[in-house]
Amino acid sequence: MFKRSEQDKRAQVQIFVDGVAVAARQGDTVSAALLASGRDVRRSTAVSGAPRLPYCMMGVCFDCLVTIDGVGNRQGCLVPVAEGMQIEIQKGKREIGR
Amino acid sequence: MSVAPKREDYDVVVIGAGPAGLAAAATSAGAGLTTLMLDENIGPGGQVFRAISSTPVTDRNQLGADYWVGADLVQALRASNAEVIHRATVWSLDRNLDIAVSIGGASAFVRAKRVILATGALERPFPIPGWTVPGVMTAGAAQTMLKSSALVPDGRTVIAGQGPLLWLLAAQILRLGGRIDRILDTTGRGNYFAALPHAFAFLTSPYFAKGLSMMREVKAKVQVVSGVTELAAAGDGQLASVSYVAGGKRETIPADLLLLHQGVVPNVNLAMAAGVEHRWDDLQLCWSPVLDASGNSSVAGIAIAGDGAGIGGANAAVVRGRIAARAAVEALAPAVAAKLPAMAALRADLAKAERGRVFLDTLFRPAPQFRIPSGDTIVCRCEEVTAKDVLDSVAIGATGPNQLKAYRRTGMGPCQGRLCGLTVTELMAQARAKTPQEIGYYRLRAPVKPITLAELAAVPKSEADVKAVVRG
Repeated sequence: MFKRSEQDKRAQVQIFVDGVAVAARQGDTVSAALLASGRDVRRSTAVSGAPRLPYCMMGVCFDCLVTIDGVGNRQGCLVPVAEGMQIEIQKGKREIGR
Repeated sequence: MSVAPKREDYDVVVIGAGPAGLAAAATSAGAGLTTLMLDENIGPGGQVFRAISSTPVTDRNQLGADYWVGADLVQALRASNAEVIHRATVWSLDRNLDIAVSIGGASAFVRAKRVILATGALERPFPIPGWTVPGVMTAGAAQTMLKSSALVPDGRTVIAGQGPLLWLLAAQILRLGGRIDRILDTTGRGNYFAALPHAFAFLTSPYFAKGLSMMREVKAKVQVVSGVTELAAAGDGQLASVSYVAGGKRETIPADLLLLHQGVVPNVNLAMAAGVEHRWDDLQLCWSPVLDASGNSSVAGIAIAGDGAGIGGANAAVVRGRIAARAAVEALAPAVAAKLPAMAALRADLAKAERGRVFLDTLFRPAPQFRIPSGDTIVCRCEEVTAKDVLDSVAIGATGPNQLKAYRRTGMGPCQGRLCGLTVTELMAQARAKTPQEIGYYRLRAPVKPITLAELAAVPKSEADVKAVVRG
């Protein structure tokens, strides 16, 4: 859906999406890195299990909810990527204790 | 890394680092007031100047001169003594000007003598059939990715809606080598006539020439369909097609990405939760706070600047920020206020920045069918409530948005009504033959953004707090 402009010279940051290494860039938000990855990063809703992708990218819609480093329901559009970050696509509601 | 506020008390706390917040904090701190700036994003800029300090888009022409204005505002803030904390989510503000803010998973509490809310705007809900399907996003979302990560649409891309941002985004996508297959312009034919009496003011505003040249730039490269009266997205788990009606003719085109936009509306959650009185704005079709000429709200000590005070655009936001900050300085350090630009001069700047706004508001006033959905179209994205669900609830006695919560949980999901509130108000108003003002809005409360119970439980408690809830 999205591609990176060639002028982007930012350093690479390696993150892991459901255990698979993905190259992000310094300064990407988690949601931007996921959308740029080309992978299937659709979460599913807590109510009906419908697939969703980020909608607003500015912190208001909560369709970017994702599990980051073991913590569920994080707004991926507000969290910058960090080297080695473990991201899990959240299916359904947040699990107890995560 | 998370940094807690250095003090417990501040003269001024500014919430939001967009144009209004940046200008307000720099003015307030520059006048010697202890100033704390709290902002939810990774860096300064808000939405319009997003990633201004970090964007990988280095060719300045691509984002345009209006964007780079933000760099000067950030520089002015950094040159001041304001304490700035990013990734700080304010989740409570009350009438005592006590503020709770979540930073790195822990809450901190500060008190202000004056609060300047600069929480800006968000994109108006665009509840068409299929707007929750993956691959449908807002135009603002695409612009955010473009500015902060130099990401541009790659697959079959359709942009639909109306308003200045839509054309700016299209121009920026094209300049960065992105793909746009078609633009579907939903501006109502009647709006052109309605806007005509206000055209003169717009012709003399700086937006006119820029807007025109941007539309020319885009129209030279992309097929633009105007007069679109119906719009729907479809796809099984992923966007496959966009269908629309223009000139009475229906067409369906394959698409991977649909970017929607029909203007922006004030982000009211924090202000409303603090008890600030809002009124329905019949022209801008949204809730706007009731403010005096200095931006002071109905709650003593809370001022609102920027688009959160009613949509006025970035230039107006900067001036409103300065006005609100000057009013704070007048109240807290009158001797220093004399050294700041006079209020009369600032108000003249504001009138200039707001010139042509009525024309834009009238021309780009979204049509009813794009604001008030019907049938199976989702109204509340979080709780997955359709227009029919809402109308069925009205039929059995739901009178307004707050009653509707008990029937359908609308507005009770994580977004707390940000993406459904206006739709619910207008839908219920129409169904009950009332005005939006009569129907009202969700009663908003802290926490205005979700925090974990663990974070809440870790909040320091006084002996009196514990006594209040412990039995025996």
